[in-house]
Amino acid sequence: MVDADYALEARGIIKVFGNHVALDNVDFGLRAGEIHALLGENGAGKSTLIKILTGAYQPTTGQVLADGVPVAVDNPQQAQKHGIGTVYQEVNLLPNRSVAENLFLGHQPTRFGLVDRRKMERDSRDILERYGLDIDPASELGAHSVAVQQIVAIARAVELSGKVLILDEPTASLDRNEVERLFEIMRDLRAKGLAIVFITHFLDQVFAVADRVTILRNGKRIETRALDDVTRTDVVRLMLGKDVAFSGATGVQDARPLGEVLLDFRNYGRKRSVHPFTLSIHKGEVVGVAGLLGSGRTEMARIMFGADAADEGEVHFEGKPVSIARPTDAISKGFGFCPEDRKAEGIFGDLSVRENIIIALQGKLGWFSALNRDEQMEIAGKFGEAMDIRAASLDMPIKLLSGGNQQKVILSRWLATDPAFLILDEPTRGIDVGAHAEIVRTINRLRDEGLALVVISSELDEVVAYSSRIVVMRDREMVAELSGKDINPGVIVQAIANHKEGTAS
Amino acid sequence: MMRRILGQLANPQLLALAGVLLINWLLFPNFFRITWQDGRLFGSLIDVLNRGAPVAILAIGMVGVIATKGVDLSVGAVMAMAGAVAATLVVAGYPAPIAVAAALTVGLLCGLWNGFLVAVLDIQPIVATLVLMVAGRGIAQLITQGFIVTFNDPVLIFIGTGSFLGLPMAAVIAIVLLVIVTLLVRKTALGLFIEAVGVNRAAASLAGIRSRMLLLYVYGLSGLCAAIAGIIVAGDIRGADANNAGLWLELDAILAVVIGGTSLLGGRFSVPLAVVGAIIIQAMNTGILVSGFPPEFNLIVKAGLIFLVLIIQSPLAGRLFPARLRPVQEARK
Amino acid sequence: MSIITKLALAASLATALSSAALAQDISGKVVGFSQIGSESGWRAAETSVTRQEAEARGVDLKFADAQQKQENQIKAIRGFIAQGVDAILVAPVVATGWDEVLTEAKEAEIPVVLLDRGVDAPEDLYLTSVASDQVEEGRVAGQWLVDTVGAEDCKVVELQGTVGSTPAINRKQGFEEAIAGHDNITIARSQTGDFTRSKGKEVMEGFIKAENGGADICAVYAHNDDMAVGAIQAIKDAGLKPGTDILVVSIDAVPDIFTAIAAGEANATVELTPNMAGPAFDVLAAYWADGTEPEKFIITESKLYTSADDPAGEYERRKDLGY
Repeated sequence: MVDADYALEARGIIKVFGNHVALDNVDFGLRAGEIHALLGENGAGKSTLIKILTGAYQPTTGQVLADGVPVAVDNPQQAQKHGIGTVYQEVNLLPNRSVAENLFLGHQPTRFGLVDRRKMERDSRDILERYGLDIDPASELGAHSVAVQQIVAIARAVELSGKVLILDEPTASLDRNEVERLFEIMRDLRAKGLAIVFITHFLDQVFAVADRVTILRNGKRIETRALDDVTRTDVVRLMLGKDVAFSGATGVQDARPLGEVLLDFRNYGRKRSVHPFTLSIHKGEVVGVAGLLGSGRTEMARIMFGADAADEGEVHFEGKPVSIARPTDAISKGFGFCPEDRKAEGIFGDLSVRENIIIALQGKLGWFSALNRDEQMEIAGKFGEAMDIRAASLDMPIKLLSGGNQQKVILSRWLATDPAFLILDEPTRGIDVGAHAEIVRTINRLRDEGLALVVISSELDEVVAYSSRIVVMRDREMVAELSGKDINPGVIVQAIANHKEGTAS
Repeated sequence: MMRRILGQLANPQLLALAGVLLINWLLFPNFFRITWQDGRLFGSLIDVLNRGAPVAILAIGMVGVIATKGVDLSVGAVMAMAGAVAATLVVAGYPAPIAVAAALTVGLLCGLWNGFLVAVLDIQPIVATLVLMVAGRGIAQLITQGFIVTFNDPVLIFIGTGSFLGLPMAAVIAIVLLVIVTLLVRKTALGLFIEAVGVNRAAASLAGIRSRMLLLYVYGLSGLCAAIAGIIVAGDIRGADANNAGLWLELDAILAVVIGGTSLLGGRFSVPLAVVGAIIIQAMNTGILVSGFPPEFNLIVKAGLIFLVLIIQSPLAGRLFPARLRPVQEARK
Repeated sequence: MSIITKLALAASLATALSSAALAQDISGKVVGFSQIGSESGWRAAETSVTRQEAEARGVDLKFADAQQKQENQIKAIRGFIAQGVDAILVAPVVATGWDEVLTEAKEAEIPVVLLDRGVDAPEDLYLTSVASDQVEEGRVAGQWLVDTVGAEDCKVVELQGTVGSTPAINRKQGFEEAIAGHDNITIARSQTGDFTRSKGKEVMEGFIKAENGGADICAVYAHNDDMAVGAIQAIKDAGLKPGTDILVVSIDAVPDIFTAIAAGEANATVELTPNMAGPAFDVLAAYWADGTEPEKFIITESKLYTSADDPAGEYERRKDLGY
């Protein structure tokens, strides 16, 4: 029974929050001397699993075993005792203390009951040398780059724990050289027998450094495989959960002629957010945006709408160069934006459905041309009906509506402004089937009415069904623009996975 | 229509006010007696309006700030500054209109300064306005050089103690402000935008609301209201008392807004109900004065009553006594 | 207690009378003065009077403002000791924590005189303390009322200072002592006006409503003049004549109350003298001259002022002292 191969193992983990099953009977085994990538879209259960391994959560049922022995990990301190150390994306050290203090915080060497600073700094220098860092241990941690801080965090975790190292998106804010340096350290630690869990959104990095991969989707473990046995395409397919290669769906009827160019982004980009991209958007077309989470899809949408200002390139609207530095600039030209995080950036929870619908139109009209209650009711009623919003009353707070109906309200909000261009970021995520169909229907209808749309979605079948072109994002870069026959899930998956087959441009 | 009006009268704030007035009447049967004297109304009820006016005016400014999920702790200090400026100028021989205009300008600038810290520098409102809360009183003391600047200017005294149509001037000013600000926020889209920013500033920005401008205006209005209250208080005692004018009144104003049903988490707000909140607080104060309780009990009695008022309008009470129809949750299939 | 008070009063009066003669004796002396701050008008006046008194005697006064902090006062006193001053005046901000620095002064043989507040330290560490008697102030105010109303019934309303503050407790006690045994005088209502003008006015408005529009009130006793000034406005607003319909007696003798007395709107005030330094310099002069050890507690006079005491002149004398 006991598989002593595993330095750390989770067996049959089920974790339930309320009536939501976050992890459903997940097994996860970690060998000494391997780098094990943990992959999955947001909400797949990666962070829940990590939190159970590190003692931040307790599993509803299931066991955690260290070296084949069941252990109770009640808190992160105990996890440390079992040799498990974690480094998060946001370095959680103390930037205003010295490097040495950060390395030894909580277990400083003492002499006569006092912190032995000299010994601490001497030891720190030894440790830092092992990680190839030539920095002064007495210097303030915050004065160093994120990469150095990241390495200090790893050094601390390894020194404290020494057996298992969990890296949660450690590369998210590093540049290429820094990532390479981090990989060297990871390989080094692997050679010393450490078991490393590596969580990332970047497939390239997984294939560059990891030995095995475990893929989670919707709280279930889909697969654990040695990376030698799988292709990128396989991995993407497993992550997205559609057997896409065999899906026959092809893109929209290429018969329809494209309308004239509405928008033209030329080398448009923003540092540290999205690489410059060039893209024309025509009236009467849907441009689908595909890519894994963290690939820069949302960032692209945000600079298109002015939610973040672009710092490179230019944009032409109806042939004329324009500046879109904030949302009001975009809205005045007829843009609309349904953000990905509905709750945090979309809805006004305490305000009524009616107010949620008319707010963008009112913003466009300004303060002094206030819509009176009857006008608001009429507008809200019209769009409520057109979008089939199911609410007991238009005066009830929107937070009481289901996710799908909230999404319809936000879509109505923009339709009320009579837009020319809509950006929809994951418009169908997390909503029920009925609302989903309604939104897809609406996207098709708007396209036919001559609107230009950019739709970001992880649902490949769906994007394929309504897009006339698809751009693919990877590593914050627009890497492909697909049209015609290339609009099919197989080609998209390959483009996301960076295979050179197909006609990625 | 009739039912709607009755429904609105049955809100917890007005019930609480009625309750406090009833207690006052039980303790002091002459509480409601109003006489006509020297061309003005005279009685405890009028005192409540007159004395409640400064806090009501502060609350009119404060309610917008709180609706945006902020708070303005500086209003008491701004009152002291405005009073000090007005008093010092009239004593120095400037005509009253100039003194009043200068005091209002000082209040407005203070408010805009707070708005700048909150909206542009993104400092938390409680910290941002704390700066002026501390510094403002110090500035007021510098202006008055530490003593009460007594004046005899008839215009300033009229603002503080005069009467119009029999009502105390302070109450008249509060009512006029209430009407203007209520119309301003409800007849324009300002109120909706304030609520939108308070509920979700990120979503408001994406929906095309200029939230920074809005915050500047809201804090500016709060500063302006504080200056008006400061001039009234100075006019009332014919002097600017930098040490004591408006002391702790920011807390009364916040309390008035909260009693008026506006959440400190921002969102839905009501200017008239905030004013009702201020009147409830003053009705308690006046009730304590006429009841003859020893002063040692003042704070306890006040705290107890406020506790009761807050319980009456808590969500739990709303569930126990479903006086108004609650929104029906959408039936799911 | 009362014997000590009288003795002390007599002593201070005696020294006050002889102060002119002694003034020449101490010119050129250097005296350090550690003041609490300038939190009230009276405090500011005390500072100006101390400077005037020093100047009149030719004393070189070193002034240090502690801004309400004891540590600043201790620093200032150590500074004075280091400079080798001839004496130190301290208005202590709190009562405790003085033993060490006072011992240092004693070892340096520098006499220390405490002004207007006492400290919890051994008596031999300082020369003397000069302070007013707050109970006596209340007593003088009460006695004035007793003498004024005679045998007539008189309902008094009282405007207390801040609840729980020492002057509020003492001034209330003194007043009650003075009217005890005069059953025609009763305190009908008593509320706090927080020592401020606006609260004084507000509370008085309430009292007037509660007492039959003010018709039942014979007198108002305010624990300080600021509240009395507010109360006078409330009485006027109610259509009554302050000083005639309702007698007004208060404590402190700040300039604004003399304006009211001159106008007949207030009747009496009891002085809390800002001149603590005068008696202090007098005992210092005697001490320097022949080592005379003064009484440990010198009580300043609680002088009563009415319309008979040239209120307009008193106003002029006080208006520039910083009240």
